[in-house]
Amino acid sequence: MDFLTLLQVLDTTIRLATPLLLACLAGLFSERAGIFDIGLEGKMLASAFLSAAVAAATGSVLIGAAAGIGAALLLSGIHGLASITFRGNQLISGVAINFLAAGLTVVIAQSWFGQGGRTPQLSGNARFETITLPLAAELRDIPILGPIYAELISGHTLLVYVALLAVPLTWWVLFRTRFGLRLRAVGENPAAVDTAGVSVVGLRFAAVAICGLLTGLAGAYLSTGLQAGFVKDMTAGRGYIALAALIFAKWRPWYALGACLLFGFLQALALRPDVIESTIGFEVGVQLLDALPYILTVVILAGFVGRAIPPRAGGEPYVKER
Amino acid sequence: MQRMPQWADVVLIPLISLLLAALLSALVILAIGENPWAALKLMVDGSMGSTYAWGYTLYYATNFIFTGLAVAIAIHARLFNIGGEGQAMLGGLGVALVALYIPWPHWTLAILGGAVGAALFGAAWAFIPAWLQAKRGSHIVITTIMFNFIAAALLNYLLIGALKPSGSMEPATGRFPEATHLPTFQDMFSTAETALFRGAPVNVSFFVALLACVAVWALIWRTRLGYEIRAFGQSESAAKYAGISPTRIIVVTMLMSGGLAGMMAINNVMGEAERLVLNAVEGAGFIGIAVALMGRSHPFGVLLAALLFGFLYQGGAELALWTSIPRELIVVIQALVILFTGALDNMVRMPLEAMFLRLRPAPKPARKTEPAE
Repeated sequence: MDFLTLLQVLDTTIRLATPLLLACLAGLFSERAGIFDIGLEGKMLASAFLSAAVAAATGSVLIGAAAGIGAALLLSGIHGLASITFRGNQLISGVAINFLAAGLTVVIAQSWFGQGGRTPQLSGNARFETITLPLAAELRDIPILGPIYAELISGHTLLVYVALLAVPLTWWVLFRTRFGLRLRAVGENPAAVDTAGVSVVGLRFAAVAICGLLTGLAGAYLSTGLQAGFVKDMTAGRGYIALAALIFAKWRPWYALGACLLFGFLQALALRPDVIESTIGFEVGVQLLDALPYILTVVILAGFVGRAIPPRAGGEPYVKER
Repeated sequence: MQRMPQWADVVLIPLISLLLAALLSALVILAIGENPWAALKLMVDGSMGSTYAWGYTLYYATNFIFTGLAVAIAIHARLFNIGGEGQAMLGGLGVALVALYIPWPHWTLAILGGAVGAALFGAAWAFIPAWLQAKRGSHIVITTIMFNFIAAALLNYLLIGALKPSGSMEPATGRFPEATHLPTFQDMFSTAETALFRGAPVNVSFFVALLACVAVWALIWRTRLGYEIRAFGQSESAAKYAGISPTRIIVVTMLMSGGLAGMMAINNVMGEAERLVLNAVEGAGFIGIAVALMGRSHPFGVLLAALLFGFLYQGGAELALWTSIPRELIVVIQALVILFTGALDNMVRMPLEAMFLRLRPAPKPARKTEPAE
């Protein structure tokens, strides 16, 4: 593999890792607060559809993305209602949300656009434009570092940088603010938080809302940044890969970045079977690359390579003692 | 604490949940500019209006009975098996290997062999998540989700590679030999003058599914193992104290669960397609979750819920054929049923419990209160 091919693959890696990263951080907030969320996939899908639909109708990607975030927040609200207010099973609620999004997006898309469950192709202002960082053209000629800056770091859409910045921000919020401390406490020992006079329900709803916001961004990126329009089931299991990355990262923000880049790299490699063959000398099945994130996660879960311990109160509704 | 009468728990709550789901679905149909009443009539006609329609409804219901039982049996041990989809895929692989590589003399033997193969492969796919849950504490929901994806990749790999007959372009196995073809209802019930169930895929595996319902019922409520499974599901610590091994219960329950999900393949792979194709399961593994929740994890409830979903599935296909309502409406209904019967259960239950408390006559002071009927 020559240097330029490597840069291309890494460039694709960053673009494919972005939705994973946003969804993974979304799950991080939710699960750190003790709310399991297997509905990441559904929220991304709902947001991807509404972003593309509204962007197509208004011609403005920002209004589209706002609508997409709204859709994800709405589903988050349902999840919160079911798992916090009515103390239902969080896993079942997540499954329901995934199906709700999978069904509704196609039904509504068919009704609005009549194109077999897709939105019209987006172009111009209805999509996120790529941003060229300053001096990218001038620095291109510097050996090694120049192309890395111009090709790899510059030239992505806004949401890619937002996702990358969300990592330190998440770290700072969770580990350096009072809100973050309480949020983590509510996922470990909600009774203690309650005793301290802080609202468990309020904190958990806040976490679920942040989760909605981030999955909304992830969905908007899928349909208006990565691709130009919504197609049926376009999340294609990314919500589950994000979930896998979250476990792989042991519920930590910086590790999440690493895990998402790794899984994004695997996805990027799966697109370039010729590169793999020329590099390692033999053919690797695309199916193996598809399955690798899941296999790695199972291995991690099995605890043979560093144990992944979830937040202790995860998945359990909090019942105040009376 | 006073509770509601049992019939309200078993019948009323699922019915109210179903009504809520139906109401919201009707609103969705209204919102996309169609008539919900006309849609319902079309669905009833298309799924129950003729023996042909029944043939499809029962065919789908057969799939959902197997996957519903699979989820239900796991729920009794408080395990949430979300991997029915992957286990059913592997079941298909088991059936395909058995049907393709063993020369069966007659379908009666082939269906037995197919069922064993399907159950073994499905159970094997559930074994690793079960073992990891029991021994390493890995969350079974996450591992079974991962195994769904791994199963999809594995089947993709096999159907493009080793299992595809040479010269074929399609990712599917070759056709199963004649002797493994299962008799359909058309073969069984048509007389010389009248053809019933003409062309419908429902076949003898429907009766196997009914048998499975009875077997699961007997296992859960009439055997020591079933008692242990229920005890473990009620309270893990109490079960441990009574000398029940959690590892054994988790692994055995999941093996049975995976086996049941896998056995779906004798219907869809051996009975209908008569070869293994890509995406043969078509989401039936996930519908099993809705079926088990709706059926309150009781085999008889699962049977009724599976029939309901068979009706929805076939009715939805008819809707997509005759109106502009896409097939995905069924996914929406399925989601709403899971949401209301599973996650929002308390939303229906709490007001109902309060109502029954109020309706209950106040106990007379002199006599002991009798348990509410």
